[in-house]
Amino acid sequence: MNLVDVGLQATIGLAAVAILAATVLRGRARNVLAGLAVAGSGLAAATTGLAALTGLAGTGLWLPVALPGVAVDPLVLAPDRLGGFFMLLAGLVIALAAIFGIGYAHGAAASRTGWTGFALFAIGVELVPAAQDVLSFALAWELMALGSTVLLLADHASRAAVREATLWYAVMTQLSFLLLLAGFGVLVAADGGTSFARVVGIGEPVASLAFGLLVAGFATKAGLVPVHVWLPRAHPEAPSHASAAMSAAMVKMGVYGILLVTLRLLPYGPSWWALVLVFIGAISALYGILQASVQSDLKRLLAYSTTENVGLIVTAIGAGLMLRQAGQNAVADIALVAALLLAISHAAFKTVLFLGAGAVLHATGERDLDALGGLASRMPITSLTFGVGALGAAALPVTSGFVAEWVLLQALIHADARSDRLLAVVIPITMGVVALTIGLGLLTFVKASGVGFLARPRTPQAAAAREVGFTERLAMLAAAGLTIGLGLIPGPLSQLLAGAVGARGLATSGWTGLELAGLDAVMLDPVALTALTTVMLAGVLVVNGIAARRHPRREVDLAWGCGGERTSARMEYNATSYSEPLARVFGASLQTRRSVEISHPDDAPLLVSEMAFSQETVDLIEQKVYEPAARWTQRFGDLARRLQNGSIHRYLGFSFAALLLVLILVTR
Amino acid sequence: MMASVLVIAVHLAFALAVTPLLIGVMRTVRARLEGRVGGGVLQPWRDVIKLFGKEPVRAPGSSPVLVWAPLLLMASSLVLVALIPLVSTLPLASVPGDLFVVVSVLLLGTVALAMLGLESGTAFGGMGSSRHMMFTALVEPTVLLSIYALSVPVGTSALAAIVRGRRDDLSLLLNPVSILAIAALVVVVIAETGRLPVDNPSTHLELTMVHEAMILESGGRDLGWLEFGSWLRLTGLLGLAVNLAVPWGLASDATALALIIGTATTTVKLLLVGAALAAVEVFIAKLRLFRVPELLAGSFVLAFLSVSASYLVF
Repeated sequence: MNLVDVGLQATIGLAAVAILAATVLRGRARNVLAGLAVAGSGLAAATTGLAALTGLAGTGLWLPVALPGVAVDPLVLAPDRLGGFFMLLAGLVIALAAIFGIGYAHGAAASRTGWTGFALFAIGVELVPAAQDVLSFALAWELMALGSTVLLLADHASRAAVREATLWYAVMTQLSFLLLLAGFGVLVAADGGTSFARVVGIGEPVASLAFGLLVAGFATKAGLVPVHVWLPRAHPEAPSHASAAMSAAMVKMGVYGILLVTLRLLPYGPSWWALVLVFIGAISALYGILQASVQSDLKRLLAYSTTENVGLIVTAIGAGLMLRQAGQNAVADIALVAALLLAISHAAFKTVLFLGAGAVLHATGERDLDALGGLASRMPITSLTFGVGALGAAALPVTSGFVAEWVLLQALIHADARSDRLLAVVIPITMGVVALTIGLGLLTFVKASGVGFLARPRTPQAAAAREVGFTERLAMLAAAGLTIGLGLIPGPLSQLLAGAVGARGLATSGWTGLELAGLDAVMLDPVALTALTTVMLAGVLVVNGIAARRHPRREVDLAWGCGGERTSARMEYNATSYSEPLARVFGASLQTRRSVEISHPDDAPLLVSEMAFSQETVDLIEQKVYEPAARWTQRFGDLARRLQNGSIHRYLGFSFAALLLVLILVTR
Repeated sequence: MMASVLVIAVHLAFALAVTPLLIGVMRTVRARLEGRVGGGVLQPWRDVIKLFGKEPVRAPGSSPVLVWAPLLLMASSLVLVALIPLVSTLPLASVPGDLFVVVSVLLLGTVALAMLGLESGTAFGGMGSSRHMMFTALVEPTVLLSIYALSVPVGTSALAAIVRGRRDDLSLLLNPVSILAIAALVVVVIAETGRLPVDNPSTHLELTMVHEAMILESGGRDLGWLEFGSWLRLTGLLGLAVNLAVPWGLASDATALALIIGTATTTVKLLLVGAALAAVEVFIAKLRLFRVPELLAGSFVLAFLSVSASYLVF
């Protein structure tokens, strides 16, 4: 029994306590105790993961199973280093989301079913990376899917959109599961056992078949294009602590799966595998951020941004594999570490952002940016933490998002593209995609925080907003602290993560700086950069202070009224208008449906009494792929219905025909 | 360490002293070519001093962004000019002037400006902010790719090392890679600093404003910081482009003589290029807003070609 074993037991035990608390208690006590127990389970998982990440190997939890006539290896939960990393990530996110949930959960999300669903979901997410065999992996995976579906359904009674979103989510998540089952089935058939340890040296074309099925399944969970459609529906409709956990932790399990397949199960695949990953990653990153930039629903925007970030992670994985195949191991290692850094930074800042969106929703009942505004002075902690999260999402210094993208870009520019024609095409395009993604991400998150939190309130709801409760603020502050904190210690952090993907060539420079010893000793020291900026800011502040003493700031009514009355809040730029130029520039891939309704007074048809404008963005992939597919399915269903017209004679005829067929087959 | 501190101090002193002069020269050249007398090369100094002697105002309900955005813009501009190899190509200890770091520091300032534009809560502020961020988003790929192309032969993304490498090896300077990349970079500098034909710095028509629209509601020392910070960005970016194109004369060690020579040469280079830029601006008009993305796409193509060529040449 070591830390890993105890941690695993604590993870499961505390989740069980949470389910018990959710079932037995009621009211506020249920929120507090169930929330604390889930948070404890998350922290236990995080500790277990950290221990496993540092290389501590436990015996794990074993459960021998026997099925008649089938060779089944025992169920094993014992995270390896890579699994440990994802357990750490999932555990932290779950803990923060649960603490937020204590104050936030209300209505159906705070019910017995709500908290039980959350605890089941938590245990599923935490144990997926610990699974060492196909069966326990699939069990944990389905627990995760089941729990999240229940959570998603929380508000189904009050809002019809929830039911539709859940349907989409359930279909996509089961599609993902079917693909995974098929993929694992291929592996198990080739090896004769369900343990991951047995999967070695599978030849082509079986390996490629398994790769295709598994990556398709994991991509569906990870929300990559074109199987991203559930994200922008499910995330907005779920309770916010659940959407934070889904976006920051659950989606990462898809990433874990892709790493599991490409690094551990099938490590020596042909080169087109890496190319496929880079391609879908880059497309997802670009498509995700383009869609995010034109959304005005805050949580929908964050959901599309998740697609973007996962796309970047998968691009980094693909680039790493591609470089490894080209024999540039030093650079490949850095790219893979970049993927992990991107994953953990995304977990940190997306948790803040979704929790912040939840806080705003709680305080105003709105998640439409066009109806918000002016929250900075009303909800200072939420605004501050959301701002930090937005900095992280926009990859600005000194957040963890910045460090992660810096490492990715360093890996890309140090790749020797001259030696390999494929690299010479892929690397600059990838670099352009990453750069454009960063640029558009900047616009998206300036919009999200600027329009939502600055300026004047656009609606009475926004004007009446109050800061949220203690546990909510605590969770947001902790997540924001992680976003900045992970960005300040890239050296030790990357060295820790390097173990998970077997990377070498990373060192700590100075106290916490990162030195890429494998790549001409390039270094990044965020602490030094922060110190330099602080010195500059201090100088500016001194001069500013001297000027302020002579001429203090004055508060005036109608400060900016150009001598006239202050303009109405309705005239402010809102989220829709903010991204209008971009929607025009990228008109081919960002289509919008607009409607303008003008009504006239009865007696004067030439005058305008009221105008209404509404705009809806169109997800092209949904429109061009899913809607036709749904139509075809419908048509097929209609055809099939003709076979069943309710006539007993026809059914007897079918039975007779089936009997005949069987007899013919048997007597042959 | 001491050398790095000295270099940073010299960069700051240089940028703070030369920037208003650069702006003054550019305005004077433009005024003379347009047949006006102009305010003289010292007018920017007088403007800044005047602004710092005025009280700023705040509206009820405004957030701390109003106070902090100008200060952050200024601080980010100062970090920018400290990290860009303006006078010296010495590698800085702990904070290497790495391309990606420099760009993200620049973007911090951009974000501060854009947030300020939204904070004012007027239609113009938001409009400027939206347009500015659109340009930034579209410029980003060009910046990274063009410097990537220049970094391929040197093998590092540290700007000082790239400039040094170009100074030591003439063949890096005179080849298609370099020319394409510098051309792309010039477009970037113009777009990021809001010069013609992307944005007209001296416009008085709110509907066409980009940069000016964001700072329309600021006054007093807030405006002073915003103006000075934006000018410093021009010095930094223009200085980077000039030193990449003409890398001679920069100090390669931290001796007084080398630093003085470096300061003098960069001052001359900057003022000449600034005057040339101003002279060109007289003859061109601002592009329509939705033609600008075409210009930026063109510069991206140049940068991309430059990267592809760099694989063939080096």
